[in-house]
Order: sequence, then C-alpha cells, then structure tokens
Amino acid sequence: MVSSELRELYQELILEHSKKPRNFRALEHANHTAEGFNPLCGDKIKLYLEIQGNAIKDIGFQGSGCAISKASASMMTASVKGKTVREAEELFSEFHKMLSGEASAKLNQTKIGKLSVFSGVSEFPVRVKCATLAWHTLRAGMEANGKTVCTE
Amino acid sequence: MANGSKRSAVLERKKKVQTPFDVQKHRKDFPILTQKVYGKPLVYLDNAATTQKPQVVIDTINQYYSTENANIHRGIHYLSQQATDAYDDARVAIQRFLGAKESREIIFVRGATEGINLVAQSYGRTFLKAGDEIIITAMEHHSNIVPWQILCEQIGAKLRIAPINDTGELLLGEYEKLLSKKTKFVSISHISNTLGTINPVKQIIEMTHRIGAPVLVDGAQSVPHIPVDLQELDCDFFVFSGHKMFGPTGIGVLYGKAELLERMPPYQGGGDMISSVTFEKTTYNKLPFKFEAGTPHISGVIGLGAAIGYISKIGLEKIATYEQELLSYTTKVLSEVKGLRMIGTAKKKASIVSFVLDGIHAHDVGTILDQAGIAIRAGHHCAMPVMDRFGVPATARASFAFYNTKEEIDRLVQGIHNVLEVFK
Repeated sequence: MVSSELRELYQELILEHSKKPRNFRALEHANHTAEGFNPLCGDKIKLYLEIQGNAIKDIGFQGSGCAISKASASMMTASVKGKTVREAEELFSEFHKMLSGEASAKLNQTKIGKLSVFSGVSEFPVRVKCATLAWHTLRAGMEANGKTVCTE
Repeated sequence: MANGSKRSAVLERKKKVQTPFDVQKHRKDFPILTQKVYGKPLVYLDNAATTQKPQVVIDTINQYYSTENANIHRGIHYLSQQATDAYDDARVAIQRFLGAKESREIIFVRGATEGINLVAQSYGRTFLKAGDEIIITAMEHHSNIVPWQILCEQIGAKLRIAPINDTGELLLGEYEKLLSKKTKFVSISHISNTLGTINPVKQIIEMTHRIGAPVLVDGAQSVPHIPVDLQELDCDFFVFSGHKMFGPTGIGVLYGKAELLERMPPYQGGGDMISSVTFEKTTYNKLPFKFEAGTPHISGVIGLGAAIGYISKIGLEKIATYEQELLSYTTKVLSEVKGLRMIGTAKKKASIVSFVLDGIHAHDVGTILDQAGIAIRAGHHCAMPVMDRFGVPATARASFAFYNTKEEIDRLVQGIHNVLEVFK
C-alpha cells in the first residue's frame, strides 16, 4: 500500500514530467549555460539558456537524476520560458519558500501556479535539494555563463 | 588429550556448526532494532554504511566514562592505570582476532580511510618515487582511490587500475599484466562495498609478492562478515573501521607488518608518539605508539574491543554461513521482480546487493522504501567509478548483517513492489 505522503510527493504531474520531460534538449543557440550537480546522489543537470535583453527567450536542459529533480527541471523550464530574468528570480524565491514549508497563505498562488505540485517535497527534507537543483542552476546560468553549482 | 575427549571435541564443533542460527536471540542484543519508524518496525539494511551496536558495546562505553575515564600511558593514578589496561587489552584482543603476530602491529586510527592515508603518506612518500606505479582496482571505494591520487600528485607516481568484468569480478589475467618492475604498491578491497564481490586477495598477494611489491587490503567490508586470518593472507597492510563491525564510530585499525612499520616515519607528531623531545632533536616512540600521536579515542578502542569480543562469541564462520543464506534468498526473490537488475553478480559475494529498477532512479526507490520503515542506501556509494563502469548514475543497495531476517527481506520485496506501483 502506498501512503498518502508518498502520493503527495509523487503526484501524477510530477511523474508525468519525469517520464516525459519538457525542453529536454541542448540549445545550439544558447548564450548562457550552467551545470548543476548533487554529489550526494549523483544528480546532474546541464542548462542551456538563450537570453535576449532581459528575457529568457529559450531554455533547455539535459542530465540525469531522480523523478523529483527531473520533473522539477522540466517544470522549471516550462514556467520560466518567455519570462524576464527578474520574474524567474521571483518565481524561484516563491518556490523556495514553498519547499521550506512556509505557510501556504503567504505564497503567491497565482505566481506559483502548477509548481504547487512540489509542495509535498517539504515533508521530505532530504529531497528538497532534488527539487531545487534545477532552479539553483538556472540562477547560476542567469548570473554568469559557464558556471557550475553544487548542492553541497 | 585422550582420544575420546578429542573425538567429543570434534563432535561438539560439528554440532555447533549444525545448530541453526538463532537470529531472534541475537536481535535482542541490539536495542535499536526494536524501534519503529513512521509507525512501522525498522528494517535496517544499510549495514555496509554502518552497523548497529549491541548493548554490550553501549554498556562498555558507558561503564568506561562512568567508572574508568582517565588519560592513558601517562597518569600514575589508579584511574589512568585502569584505562591504560583496558586500552591495551583491546589491542591484544584485536591482534588475536585478526591473527597478527604481535600487538604492536595493530595501530589505532580513526577508520579504514585514515589507515589508507597513513600508509600512502608515510610509506608512499618515503619509499616510492617518480615513475613508480601503484595498482588499485576498478571497484574501489573513494577512500582507496583518492589517497593514492594525492600521493601520485605529490611524488609523480602513476596510478594503474585493474579492470573488472560485467559481473563485478576482478580480471586476474589483466591484473597480472599490470604487474611489472615499476609496480611498487598495490591496494585492494577485500570485499567491494558496492558490488559485494569477494576478491581473491590471497592469490593477488601471492602474485604481487613475486615481484616484491607490498599489498594493502581494505577490509572495511570483510572483517565484520567473514573470518580473516592475516597470517594466511600474508598481506603487508590491512585496514578496517570499527563502526562497520558493531563498534563505535571514529575508531579503526591499521595493521602493518612490524618490519615495514619500523621503517616508516611517523604520520603525525605530538604527545605519546615520542620518547624524548628537545628543541634540537626528538626521538620517536616505539611501535605502535609512533603512529598514535595525541590522546587517542580511548572509549572507541575499548568499545571496539567489546564489539570484537561479542562477534567472536557468535563466531565469524557462523555469521558468514548465515549471511550467505540471506544473500541467496535475497538474490532469488529479487530476481523474480520484473524490471529489476542486480549490479554485481560475482560468483563469490558477500551479503551486499546493489540493484536498479527500470526507469526509476535509486533516490526515489530509497525514499519510498524509507516510508515503509526500510533503510537502504541509494546513490553512488562513494564509488563513482563503479557507477560509470556499469553505466548507471546510482544504485539502491541493501546490505545485510547477521541480525537481519528473511522476513525483513520479504518486506524489502514488498517495498520494491510499492515503488513499482507508484511509478507504473
């Protein structure tokens, strides 16, 4: 029998994104890239960004990892594509708040949107890094080109 | 001894071997095993990472701090003598347990990792030079890779890697080809922490000694699970960690042949490792103290002594036989799970089972099993090159000790079915 906590963690949308990740490709025309790495479990992500002016025009990623990290990367790319760098930063900060278990009332629900499927991760402290790896990598990529981030 | 009593002794021994292993009795010695996690009885299958501690080890440490605590080898008072005796007795117990010739060949270190670093730095930097070669295998733990890489960087020596086959067995023929006049050191795990492979160390040591190079055996995964006799192995160095054999963390052993340890310079300087100190000249203490600078982990040593006493009483032969039963049962039931692939299927294996599930990352397997109260390890097991060799980012690993039961293995299988259900 699968517990309700587990169902909460592995929601349909997460499983679906982990099996069929969106934007799962290298961008030939990327002008920013960054790599993320979780040495504890071996999750790896390479992020490709095409930033024009202040906007994320295109985004793609490759790598390997657990369902949470893969789904998070997939949904991150889908949710920041077309947004400005600043909007993406704000979204990450909302996402981070949600994962650190801050009261949901404080969250900006319109901003967080579909990403709320990850709220169950806050019940699993060791998995928070899996869900934030792609976002940390995004931040590194937006700040500079060719940076590597590490969860440890 | 009269013939009759000899015969009865033999019969007695046979009887001992044939008595079924009373796992329920031994489980009672481990207070942690009665615990529930998330409301479910704990199934602890992460013994290759660290083992649980029997009450006797906990009590011994408690008693040391409650009634014997003092610094050793220097106090003239009663307590110091008590502590020194207990510390020295543990060294002798370990010497006998491993079959070392002398107790001064037993050096206390923090763990297997520190033991390897000590040898790499003290022996390696003294007796190896640029162009020399050090051989390790493709199945080593990072602790038996990185210290040698550091040494190679320092002195310009070269690291050679003996390859393994798809079942996780060392290719002895390929190993032999690597041996040459340039080979000046070999360091190899007795049992792989990821694949469970039991390496033919005796054969490797013989082959290596023929060309005159010393061999270090990393026994972190072997000493708690199979009988080890250093005289029979004839290795030059041997290391293990206390916490993987039911003892405390932060304590381990480096065994070295006295003739080699004598020629090696100290690894660290400080108190207890000297005979006399002036600002002009310091004379080092004799073995084993030359390698034990500073106040050691006294309670750890005494606790390790208690752990060794405990498992010796059960008997390593019996433990090994029982764990083989657990291994073959696990192998059988896991091979019936669709989509499960075992990583490490050597003919000679210890009770360590690594596996991957089709399309499901080990980390997810670990979380879902944890929710069912089952503790396994998920990840690269500090052996990233092994992951690369088998083309997997990570594996799930169940590793057993003599207190595990077949019922617990059934729970593991049930847990794996839960994983498959979540991801179907």
